[in-house]
Formats: sequence, structure tokens, C-alpha cells
Amino acid sequence: MFRKLPDPPRHDRVTVHVDGHAVTVSAGDTAAAAVLASGLPYSRTTTVSGSPRAPYCMMGVCFECLMIVDGDPSRQGCQVIVRDGMRIERQLGGRELLS
Amino acid sequence: MTDVYDLVIIGGGPAGLAAAVQASELDLRTVLIDEQPAPGGQIYRSVERAERDGLAARLGPNYQRGASLAGAFRACGADYEAGCQVWQAEAAQGGPGQPPRQWTVHFTRDGQSRSVRGRHLLLASGAQERPVPIRGWTLPGVMTVGAAQLLLKSSRMLPEEPVWIAGSGPLPLLYASQLLSLGGRLAGYIDTTPRGRWRAALPHLPGALANAPYLAKGIMLRWTLLRSGVEIQHAEEIEARGTGRLEAVRFRTARGIREEPARVLLLHEGVIPNAHAAMALGCAQRWDEGQQAFRPETDEWAASSVDGLSVAGDAAGIGGARVAEVGGRIAALGAAHRLGRIGEASRDALSMPLRRERGRHARIRPFLDALFRPNRSVLVPPDDVLACRCEEVTVGGIRQAVSLGAVGPNQVKSYTRCGMGPCQGRQCAPTLAQVIADSTGQPVADVGYPRIRPPLKPITLGELATLAGEGAA
Amino acid sequence: MASADVLVLGGGTVGAAIAYGLARRGAAVTVLDGADDDARAARANFGLVWSQSKGVGAPWYQRWTLDSLERWPGFAAELAELTGIDLHYRRNGGLTYCLGDAEFDARRTQMERLRIQGGLPEDHARMLDRAELQSLLGRVRLGDRVTGAGLCPIDGHVDPLRLLKALHAALLRNGGTVQAATPARTIRFKGGSFTVDTPRGRFEAPRLVIAAGNGASALAEQVGLHVPIQPQRGQILVTERLQPMLPMAASGLRQSEEGTVLIGATKEDAGMDRGTVLAHAAPMAARAIATIPALREARLVRNWAGLRILTPDGNPVYAESPQFPGAMLATCHSGVTLAAVHAFDLAEAWAPGRLPDRFAPFHHRRFNVPQAA
Repeated sequence: MFRKLPDPPRHDRVTVHVDGHAVTVSAGDTAAAAVLASGLPYSRTTTVSGSPRAPYCMMGVCFECLMIVDGDPSRQGCQVIVRDGMRIERQLGGRELLS
Repeated sequence: MTDVYDLVIIGGGPAGLAAAVQASELDLRTVLIDEQPAPGGQIYRSVERAERDGLAARLGPNYQRGASLAGAFRACGADYEAGCQVWQAEAAQGGPGQPPRQWTVHFTRDGQSRSVRGRHLLLASGAQERPVPIRGWTLPGVMTVGAAQLLLKSSRMLPEEPVWIAGSGPLPLLYASQLLSLGGRLAGYIDTTPRGRWRAALPHLPGALANAPYLAKGIMLRWTLLRSGVEIQHAEEIEARGTGRLEAVRFRTARGIREEPARVLLLHEGVIPNAHAAMALGCAQRWDEGQQAFRPETDEWAASSVDGLSVAGDAAGIGGARVAEVGGRIAALGAAHRLGRIGEASRDALSMPLRRERGRHARIRPFLDALFRPNRSVLVPPDDVLACRCEEVTVGGIRQAVSLGAVGPNQVKSYTRCGMGPCQGRQCAPTLAQVIADSTGQPVADVGYPRIRPPLKPITLGELATLAGEGAA
Repeated sequence: MASADVLVLGGGTVGAAIAYGLARRGAAVTVLDGADDDARAARANFGLVWSQSKGVGAPWYQRWTLDSLERWPGFAAELAELTGIDLHYRRNGGLTYCLGDAEFDARRTQMERLRIQGGLPEDHARMLDRAELQSLLGRVRLGDRVTGAGLCPIDGHVDPLRLLKALHAALLRNGGTVQAATPARTIRFKGGSFTVDTPRGRFEAPRLVIAAGNGASALAEQVGLHVPIQPQRGQILVTERLQPMLPMAASGLRQSEEGTVLIGATKEDAGMDRGTVLAHAAPMAARAIATIPALREARLVRNWAGLRILTPDGNPVYAESPQFPGAMLATCHSGVTLAAVHAFDLAEAWAPGRLPDRFAPFHHRRFNVPQAA
């Protein structure tokens, strides 16, 4: 949905995995930005009707970018800064809690 | 942690940063807690990084100003908890001879909850964009103009084409020009400012002329857009269309209905105070008719109705970054006086130049409020539009609850689940209040928002349980 | 001045159930409801439809509760048919989890005592040991300290907000009216009729039900009924929506039809303060995790507090005014469980005239009788 501007010199790049696909982003980017850059059409489906959603506000007030970050579910993706090797999964419907 | 801060500031935008600098100058032991990994808030988001890599210069001097403010904050000596989400603040009464209150502020970072204590709490939680409930606004590809601008500032990202902007106010124009100057393209710019608003705004123009550079900038931005060949049109009944994702934008102009292909649709109908935390902590609210939003009641020192709690910057009423910066300093002066650290005379003396500065920056506000007052359909959308994105409650659902006798926001929330999702009403409460007011004939001011419940951010039960102490789990 | 056959003061679960019950029998009922942000137990409660642990030492209350459970399926179906609102009522059994041996033994003792007191059959309720409980829960693992649970197959749960909404809708369907934000201030009795003054005008009716929760004491005084009522704060936690994981409701832990998990409820003496306090909420979360460890990962969306309406012995009071015939007080803290008997039995018993003698045990005169040692 979004594309990156050309990187400036001396730019730190990190690779994250969005639903298993490697995506290269910049250090300091958010997990939500990584999903938007990944080319995937949506970032979660709702727990109510299953309708697809993507980040809407990018500032932590809409909760549309809830995603699973390194196995930790329902994180606000726009508030999570990427780390190299981070696993980001789209959150589809309500989560199943078993253990 | 046994230390008690004099001042705990929540929010690292202009108000919070300036407050921290001012408080440190007055030797208050200060901590600033912020969600972002670096100072700047939303308006100056990632400004330090953008300054280093050259992006800041291309986004303009108003943005670059944030770099010096962030620098002053870094140097001021206040403690800084970055990348932390505050999820609860609780007040306890102080003992004899103590200031009347002590706050415990709980926050989480990477799934670990911690807390700090402080004698005075300052909320500088800034603004959020007004929700823009239109048909299809939940489709992936529809987002706010502010969101796109944050993606530009913090991630150097541009939307994929075709891109449409639909909205009103200074931000869409600013973002459009930034987008174009960085090589992005706009398929179209829909100005939703209702016709006739210029007439309503005209009486406020003389005041606004005091901020002539600001006005000139607005005119220049519009001209930039026209010169680059972007079609600007006045339209209403904006609708996002598509199956599973945005595919087209439909709108009605004076010449009829148009539908155009779109990959990204950016919406904006002004900003409103992000007063969620202030409401949750019980601050009395006042309806601001000009801004069509509730804001916390504050006195001339930013003190709220809750003892030991101040609200500064846009969180207390929209004024913009420069007004917020001055407001943060005044709030710090007020807090220092309340804590007995400066006398009344020096507080007043220090505030005089600040008040003059604020007055200058604020003079354009009535003009902007009148000019960009949102279209009624943004405030009271048609029945089939989703008001609550989280729980998927329509405007019609709210009206139906009202017809069962639920004439207040709490009862409607109970009947519909509107506002019960993770966002806790941040996106639907304004619509809820307006639709109830419209359905019952009450003024919005009398309807109000539903009670905001803790936590301010959804923490895990595991994090909460750690506060239960030894042997509980 | 607006007039009706019956005025019901209070539009919570108790008032709305009685009002609906009277309206469905043909009475013209007007409910005078409080303000939107009043303390409303109807909007803050947990939603159990429950007999376990109700009525210890009070067989009349135990019987009344069991009667309500018997009526509940028909009651829920009637409301659904009338209003189109599915109450999410599930009568599939209720659990009381026990952590440690002491809790298990205490629960078994209480359960057996209630069973004998009520003359109930062996299979009315029973204790599940840890293994039985684990197999009931399937893939959801029990915490190490769980020793078992009490199980009562006829217990269950409902969405209390849907119940409230359906009661109001059903009342309107039966010709009743609800006056929102119209709290009763003063009650006068003159010429065989009650006159109630509110900030939004005066209302009149020959009969009156006071069902105003924690506000009922002050109103009841005006018709000569002196019933002490105390608020007791209860905090509840609710999580984000999750996939179905808890097959049946439990005391203090249930999963709604939407998927949210509710955890409750504290018992705090805090006057009319409805604020939440972490020091009390955190141990609830800890206990829920000790019971079902997977809940550690669930995100808390909301924490709220409501005020229970407690009489001195915690049991309901239904009492008529001695001086002013036609006025009745109804108060309890089990408005959800008792909603069916309130709408059916109580309304039927009171509609034709005075409450029959079988309601005598519910009168608050019981608080004035010294207990035999």
C-alpha cells in the first residue's frame, strides 16, 4: 500500500518477517509500517465480522493495526519499533488461547 | 522504586517537552513518559532522525523547529521513559504535611509493566484526528492524512498510486505539497470544506491577519497544488468503495456523482483533543462549540478539575504546536507553584512573556475553526455508516438504541457495545455523542461521552497480575 | 401530570422485569428511570443465572432462586420472540473453581448443606475432581493449584446488557413507557393515589413499585418502609474477544458469546465510589491466571466497578407499605437470576392486590427479629 523513498546514505536496514515473508525496512520503522510496505492487502481481520482492516491512524488511537509481534498478540503495530529478525504476523479474528 | 518525582509528564510532543524543560529550569525532579521512541510527539515525529538524514529540511521549517525543542529536552536533565505506554494512573492522598496527592503512573514497555510516583501529573497527550465516518472508511487503503504524514516522517514512505485526499483544513494541503515535492503523485484532491464557510470565517479574518505568515502559507500551498496540475474539487458524500480493500472513491460534485479508481484514500476533518486519559481520570469536560469537541476544563495554569492533575497543549483544546509549547511551560510554572517551589510573584512574572507569545500564536484559531468547521455529515453520518469500528456498530444501531429510551451515552453503549472495543471509544465517542444529540434534540454538550474505563491501553492479565504481590498467583 | 396504573421507580433489571411483568398482564406501566450516569448495577453486573451458594440458611430464597432458574428458558424465549433480541442465555451448567484443598472442602460442605436444606436430589449439584474438571475443559489447561470445582447443571449465564435492553423493549411492546433521566424525588399519597415529583414533571398512579437499587432506601422511607440498604463495590475485568475457550460459566470467570472473558468480582466497602482500584483488581487477575494459565496472555480491555445492592442478610426484600396500600419495595442483588420470577411470579402475585402470605419471609421485618443462638 506504501512504498519507501530511496534510502539516505549510512542508513541502517533491518529485515523482518511478515507472515513469513522477508521485508526490508529501516531501523526505527514501526511494525505497522513494515506490514504496509509488505504488499499484503490488510493487517488483521476483525473479531466481530471478520472484515479486513489495515492501519488507520498510525498514532495509537484506532487499534486497527493489532498484530502478533514475536508471538505476542494484540500489539499495536504502529507503536512497535522493528528489530532485525522480528516476526510479525497478521491477526486474523479472535485469538485462540491454549496452553 | 521509592523515589517520588515532583512532576510526571505524559506525552513527548511540544507541550510535554517544553514543560519538562521549564520544570527542570525550576529544579523540579521531572520524568517524561512517552509512547514514541524519540521526542517530538506526532507533530515533530522522528524529527531528530529526519534532521540527520536530510528529510526534515524537505518537510519545512515548521517541522524542523521540533529538532531544537527535542535538543533542549535532551539537555534539560529530566528523566525520560521512551517507548512506554501508560495504562493507568492512580492518585492517593498524601499524609499530614505532604502535598495533597501522590500519583502512581503505570506503564508498559515490551510486555513489562513498571510504575513511577509523582506529586503532580501533567497530561500532554496532544491531539488526534477527528474520526471521519463515511461509507467504506474501514476498508484497507483508507486512512487519515495524519497517518500518511507520520509514515512519511518516521518511515520515509509514500502511498502507492492512485492516491486521493479528501478533507478539510491545513493538514491535507500541507501533506499534499510535501508528497508532491518528494516525487509522489496525487490522483485528486477533494476539498470537503462546505461552501459558505468562507463567509462564516470572514469576521475572524482581522484577528487572523496577526498570523499573516500562516495565512500566506496556506494560500501558497494551495497554489503549489494547482501549479502541479492536481485537480482540486469541492465535493461531498465521499464514499470509499471496494471489496476487501479500497478500489474506488465516489463523491458528489456540483456536476454530479463521480467515481474514480483509488488505491489509497486519505481523510482529514481536523483534529480534536486527545483527552482520553483526562476523561478516564475524571477531569471535568467542556463542550467547545467552535471546535465541535469536548475538552478538559483547565484554569489559567492548566490545572484540571482534579487536584494535582494538569492538562496542557492540544489535549486541553486545539491550538497547534506553538501554542502547545507555551502552554506546556505555563503548566510547569503552575505545577511548581502548587508544589511550593516558586512563589506567586515569580510564577506570574515568568508567565507574562509566555502569555503574550501564546496570544500571538492563538489569534488565527477562531478563523480556522470557523473556516474548517466540519460538514454536518461528518458529525452525524447516514444510518448505514459504521460509527464504532471496533465493535462494528452503525449509526442506525445507535438511533435504534435511542428509540428504546437510551438517551444517554452510557446506556447506548450498554445496548449497542459502541465503544466497548480495544480503542475504548477514541474513534466513536464523538459520533456517539453527536448522533444521540441529533436523535433526541439535546445539545451535544448535555449528552457527553460515556465513562472512560481503565486501562488506558490494553495490557495483558499477566502484567496486571504482577501487581497482586507475593503469593497471589 | 401523567398518569398510569403503576409507576415503577427505577429502570434497572429489577424494575424493568417487574414493569414488564405487570405490563404483559395488561397494566399501564410507567417506569421512571434515573440519569444516564447514575450508579447502575444493571449495567455493571457479571451476568450469572445462578443458584450455587444462594440461600444458605434461607430456604425461601433458595426456592425462589430455583423457581427462577426453572422459568428462565421460557422467559428468555418470550423476550426473544417479542423483541428479536437474543439474550445469549446459556443454561449449560455453572462451575465454582476451587484452588487448594481447603476451598474444595468448603465448597463441598456448602453444596451438601444447600442440597439437604432444599431437599434436592443427589444429582442437583456435585463436586468435580481435578481430572473430571480438566476433561470438561478439554484443551484448556487448568492451573496447578486447581483442585476441582462445584458443578450445578442448571446454572448458566446471560448477557446482562442484552437482558436489560430486551426488558425495556418488551415493556414498550406491551404499551409501557420509560421516562429516561426522570429520577423520583418525592412521593406523596393522597386520595388513594401516589404522586411522584421528578425534575421532569409530576407523575401519578394508584400503585407504586420502588426498585431504585441503592437509591431505594430513601424513597421507601417516604412510604413508611425502613429498609437498610448498603452498597458493596464489585470490580470486573473484561478481556478482548477470544476464540471460545471456556465451555461453561463459573463464579467469577465466564466467557461471553462475543468471546470476551469476564473476571469478577471484588467485594469492597467503598460507599458510593464507583472508581476502580488496582490493588483490588490485580488479585482478581492473578486468581484467574492461577485457574486458567492461558489467560495470562489475554489483553484487558476494560475494568469497571459497580455497586451491589445489599440488604443486611444479602437476601431480597419485597415489602408493602403498611400505611400506604399499593406501594411495594423490591430490592435484591440478584436481579439477573431473579428476573424471570420478578417478571412472572412476583408480578402475577402483586398485580391483583396485596402480596400473598407466601412472600412473608421476604419482608424486612426479619432484620428486627433477634436470631436464636
